[in-house]
Amino acid sequence: MLLEVSGLAIDLPSPAGARRVVHDVSFSLDAGDSLGVVGESGSGKTMTALALMGLLPDGARVSGAMRFEGQDLARLGEDAMRKLRGDRIAMIFQEPMSALNPLHRIGAQVAEPLMLHRAMSKGAAWTEAIRLLDRVRLRDPERIAHAYPFALSGGERQRAMIAMALSCGPDLIIADEPTTALDVTVQAKILDLLASLCVSSNMATLLVSHDLAVIARHCRRVLVMYGGTVMESGPADAVLRRARHPYTRALLEARPRPGAPRGERLRAIAGAAPSSASAPIGCPFAGRCPLTLDICRAQALPTVEFEAEHRVRCHRVDATGRLT
Amino acid sequence: MSALALTARGRAGASQWLGAALVAALVGAAMLSLVWTPYPPGAIDVPHKLLSPSPAHWLGTDDLGRDVASEILAGARVSILVGVIAVGIGVAFGVALGLVAAAAKGLVEDAIMKLCDFTFAFPALLSAIMLTATYGPGVVNAIIAIGVYNVPIFAKLTRATANGVLAREFTLAARAAGRGPLAIAFDHVLPNIAPALIVQATIQFAVAILAEAALSYLGLGAQPPEASWGRMLSDAQGWMYVAPRLAVFPGLAVALSVLGLNLLGDGLRDALDPRLKARG
Amino acid sequence: MLAYTIQRLLVLAATLVFASLAVFGVLEILPGNAAMTMLGASATPEAVAALAHKLGLDQPLAARYWSWIAGALRGDFGLSYAYGSPIAPLIAQRLAVSAPLAVLSMAIAAAVALVAGVYAAERRGRAGDAAVMAASQIGLAVPNFWFAILLVLVFAVHWRLAPAGGFPGWDAGPWRALQALILPAIALGLVQAAILTRVTRSALLEALNEDFIRTARAKGLSRRAALWRHALPNAMAPILTIMGLQFANLIAGAIVVENVFVLPGLGRLIVQSIANRDALVVEDCVMLLAAFVIALNFVVDLACAAIDPRLRAGVS
Repeated sequence: MLLEVSGLAIDLPSPAGARRVVHDVSFSLDAGDSLGVVGESGSGKTMTALALMGLLPDGARVSGAMRFEGQDLARLGEDAMRKLRGDRIAMIFQEPMSALNPLHRIGAQVAEPLMLHRAMSKGAAWTEAIRLLDRVRLRDPERIAHAYPFALSGGERQRAMIAMALSCGPDLIIADEPTTALDVTVQAKILDLLASLCVSSNMATLLVSHDLAVIARHCRRVLVMYGGTVMESGPADAVLRRARHPYTRALLEARPRPGAPRGERLRAIAGAAPSSASAPIGCPFAGRCPLTLDICRAQALPTVEFEAEHRVRCHRVDATGRLT
Repeated sequence: MSALALTARGRAGASQWLGAALVAALVGAAMLSLVWTPYPPGAIDVPHKLLSPSPAHWLGTDDLGRDVASEILAGARVSILVGVIAVGIGVAFGVALGLVAAAAKGLVEDAIMKLCDFTFAFPALLSAIMLTATYGPGVVNAIIAIGVYNVPIFAKLTRATANGVLAREFTLAARAAGRGPLAIAFDHVLPNIAPALIVQATIQFAVAILAEAALSYLGLGAQPPEASWGRMLSDAQGWMYVAPRLAVFPGLAVALSVLGLNLLGDGLRDALDPRLKARG
Repeated sequence: MLAYTIQRLLVLAATLVFASLAVFGVLEILPGNAAMTMLGASATPEAVAALAHKLGLDQPLAARYWSWIAGALRGDFGLSYAYGSPIAPLIAQRLAVSAPLAVLSMAIAAAVALVAGVYAAERRGRAGDAAVMAASQIGLAVPNFWFAILLVLVFAVHWRLAPAGGFPGWDAGPWRALQALILPAIALGLVQAAILTRVTRSALLEALNEDFIRTARAKGLSRRAALWRHALPNAMAPILTIMGLQFANLIAGAIVVENVFVLPGLGRLIVQSIANRDALVVEDCVMLLAAFVIALNFVVDLACAAIDPRLRAGVS
């Protein structure tokens, strides 16, 4: 098992004291596997990703365990984490324009991890950077390497970010909304690129997105998060076709349907996502969920695995996956 | 982190109050000197020259027997006078110019702003020197020079803030309702730029005091027998080996006044519009 | 880069022309006959007229302006009324003192600002940051000539470590000459250091907030490496710009500080010439200083473009 997260909880500092933004998240990831984390903004998915990298905001506290290649990332000191970042675990971010330093050439930015972790000389790293830019299917990689970020399109920049992340051949790539800021036409290409690169290098992928369709197409397994808690998890097609959690079902129903008649309104989920978790004991979706009962607010959520690997956390779903 | 946030705010509060206290002391000293000083300022008493501080003369006497404490109090008068009038000139003409620029838009606006940028190559002291070279030294010329220097500063500030205000919906609504530009300026623009102006005015006041002190030090500002901190410093220089303390008090007065105004300005900025902090 | 340079050169030329017109205007056109000022109010009208003719003051304005500018471009700055000798070598002599002084003090200020600004930005919100900010507030408030006097009191009068004033000349050896410039440079640099420290700190904090810092850390760079390699270059543009703008104030400060330390520099020349009613000298010096400031800002613009490729390409 490449990555095993158990009971992860993250507290962020706030004017009113510590605020728990991620409760009891557990999942695992094998080498070469792909896991998608889907949820609205505020669901805690980005915080989970940042926690793995050790890049949470100052003052954040992590409890639980994140075992990666035998080490618990939660207990590692900054020096040890630095050795892993960019080398064994890499991350790509949402806004490629602002995520790249406007004053450095693309080639230099892609070469930086190589010089840092592999002690390569500038020349050798530059050559390797061009090779990486070619690998992410950028046309004329030499010109791109000499260019500055402002001269590239959004898709090109994101490919460059991917090249940067791949440079040291990491075992795990975390992608936080990598295509949200891009044109629709470009999104699919970037995701396909990412998927094929991961397969060819046997890299594990953790894809974070609010877009269920994106996750479904590119990830073998899915984690659905809401209010900092995992609501449902399992193989992608199982979760999609046999979703049991009311929230997952609502998400699925809220998707625009391709064959639907014009003017049909989208099914939105009534209410708003919790802006600050005031440490509820029960389910964070309680109140907004159409199936809410008293028990939902009063009791901690159980975890039910009702078919192979497919788990759900809901008071209203029994051990066989049926609604009670 | 909550504790830290609170102490940060508390610290900001403390410096504001310190600033306010120092400014109050400055104004108080000036006003007090109008009705009372330990000795008449400018009163020469050569037999008692260069005395050390004592109950009779709290800060001692200078090379002509003048009581230092009285001179310091009276010096506050000139500082405040210069500050108020110079900043007043800057605000009056600068705001008008800025409003014209913001309203006119296009080439006129660009031309005015370029002109303002260009004057920044001539710092207050240099312009003041040029003016006194032509018209002779004195407080009036110093005030005019510093005042003129303030005009582009307030013009730029007014235009920038006014543009922001004019773009907002309520002024569009006012214009749609047929209100004339002057009415819009007074009803909508001025109240909204007032906070930024007040903050900048406080800071320019401090700049004016520094400039006046420098001019007086060079002999180009207030002339004797008018008391001025800058001139006191220049006089004190001649007696550095004999009575070094003479150089301490006038400079301290300037520094504390400027410090107070700067702190007050920062505090006002935080209080009146925290968003200004990002721009300043 | 070439197109940008040419564009800035044109602006430079235009600004210089405007500056010369402004200086000429203030000192020549505004009411107040220079000859009368020189001779004093009690002079006879004939004496005033004679002097005015001798100085060429009765020529038409445009001709006077042109002969002034043309002369300056040739290197002929006219004759000093008080000294009776050519102004150009006089200015050159004084520049040999003022120029190193200005450079030295800006260098000191920049060095202090870099160290203190980075230190404060790294420790944002903590005691170190507050201490730096408090120190810079004090530095902003202290008049530089007072600080200069205090420095003299401590280092020259009390401890006798440095000269209290005067300049031995570069012929006495570079080290001895520099010794005379150290205290003045520190006095001048204080205010600049305070201002630049604040600018450095805030520019760095803004740069540290950018997304590419997070990317840099995600690549495995330490906080410190991310600050120096990624944040600082992005903070340089505003810092350099403010440095350029501040140079004008530095020069103004030098005028006063030179008087404190009795340095035979340009500042003292200006003040003496005012006392001597030597209008042409003042005009030439002020124009020179203004031209220098304008030229310096041009250099700063080029430097910013050298750092930031977006400026070179004309992208906002």
